[in-house]
Amino acid sequence: MHLALSGLSVRHPAARSGALALEAVSFAVQRGERVAVIGPSGAGKTTLLNALACAMPPAAGRYDLMGAQPWALSRAELHGLRARLFLAPQTPPLPPRQRVVTAVLAGRLPQMGFWRSLGSLWQPRELEAAHAALAAFDLAGKLFDRVDRLSGGERQRVGLARALVSNAELLLIDEPLSALDPTRAREAIATLCGAARERGATLIASLHQVEVARAAFERIVALRDGRVAFDLPAGEVNDAMLRSLYADHEDEMAVGWVSDSPQADVAASTDLQRQMACR
Amino acid sequence: MAFSVAAPTPTAEPLRDPARAARWATVMLVAVLLWPLLVWTEFEPWQLFDARSLKSTARFLVAFVPPRHDGEFLRLMLAETWRTVAIATAGLTLAFLIAMPLALVSTARLSVSSLGGRMAAAPFVLRQAARWAAIVLRSIPELVWALVFVRVVGLGPTAGVIAIGIAYGGMLGKVYAEILESGDAGTTQALLRNGAGRLQAFLYGTLPQCSTELVSYTVYRWECAIRSSVVLGFVGAGGLGQQLDNAARMFAGGEVATILLIFVALVAAADRLSLWLREQLG
Repeated sequence: MHLALSGLSVRHPAARSGALALEAVSFAVQRGERVAVIGPSGAGKTTLLNALACAMPPAAGRYDLMGAQPWALSRAELHGLRARLFLAPQTPPLPPRQRVVTAVLAGRLPQMGFWRSLGSLWQPRELEAAHAALAAFDLAGKLFDRVDRLSGGERQRVGLARALVSNAELLLIDEPLSALDPTRAREAIATLCGAARERGATLIASLHQVEVARAAFERIVALRDGRVAFDLPAGEVNDAMLRSLYADHEDEMAVGWVSDSPQADVAASTDLQRQMACR
Repeated sequence: MAFSVAAPTPTAEPLRDPARAARWATVMLVAVLLWPLLVWTEFEPWQLFDARSLKSTARFLVAFVPPRHDGEFLRLMLAETWRTVAIATAGLTLAFLIAMPLALVSTARLSVSSLGGRMAAAPFVLRQAARWAAIVLRSIPELVWALVFVRVVGLGPTAGVIAIGIAYGGMLGKVYAEILESGDAGTTQALLRNGAGRLQAFLYGTLPQCSTELVSYTVYRWECAIRSSVVLGFVGAGGLGQQLDNAARMFAGGEVATILLIFVALVAAADRLSLWLREQLG
């Protein structure tokens, strides 16, 4: 078993009242599994990924990660554990004035050691790894460009390329497709899943695009109001479940390209085209 | 006609800006607070304009023209200018070496322990200690440090370099820490959360975001160090300041004018340098 939550509750970081963003969440993930986390906005997807990344301590419950209880470890041991996982936040955390090659290679910092990473600022090491990761997201030509010259979608893919060069055993990716058009989104998710499969890494990604989650992931964990609504193999998730999951949030379903009828599909896609044209 | 424009109903009172009273109140308050300070500091500018003052001012200014520009004096000035720039640069380098560790230690954003919520006790104490060290270093003016070191290492530029290094180390340390804390925290935090070291997170996450601010503040401080080395020259730390002191004592207005013109040129040069560096870093 790679990680396991039992009865895990996490407080909302900003809330003074101590409101829980996650409440008594329990599930376990095997090594090499690929899990999509879905649910309407505010369901606790980002909090869940942060808790899994040891970025937020639990308010209650138990978290086991790679054979250890992270919050019982010393600070140095906990930081060592963090080096074995990779959390990619939704907005790619790339300094605007940095070059793409440096931003991507930053994914390898824990393995590089200080002097090597200092040298890499002067003359980038492991150029091939950075180039290959960018090429996987169709950005090979941007290797030496500056981050602030990239579009939003390109930045998001650079963030994913950083996840790809990290040697992490656990990849936690928050909304990797939010700035990508449908075609790019499908390619990006296929690349991520392929890379995770290749190196036997566990992949947990939160997604708004329910159809992508069903098509590309083996398992879907659905959150609503900080609780697990369902946790099933992707093939067993049906439209009725999704409708009740997104009840009162139907507009988010439309963006997620869930459709019952061909007309709805057409409507959704023209809607998307309009959005893309606006972008 | 079916429609007619209704005459505006005459308002009982003329329209008044509701902010007006508050504005007048602020002005009055500032005046009331400022008045005792002016009295206390014996601020009486009209003294400048009585006949005697005007005459001595005129005599002093007339002596400025023409600035002394014979070859021997200019060669001396060139050497002293170079010495002043050297004092400022060496002092600022020393200050940088003191400030950078202080800033890195006192920046809460580079804390690993606060990733899990609250910062742990030991790192918190260390951060506060670094903050206080910077406060102590900069609360003592460089002139006082110079007076101390002139006694320790004797007259000459060394005292000026050490004085600027210590006082400016405290200032740079404080402002560097504040610059590092400003801006987007996400880039640094993301690297720390993925297990990078503090210095790595600084180099790859914080520095590329703050580099232009750090550079322009450092160049501005270099400019201040040049001015400061002038003041230090008055207490025997060498450079243009010492020449200015000598010239002023001997009422050599032409020499004073030349030296002041050199200061203007140096500050203007620092300004251009800062602009150019900022453009390079984009």
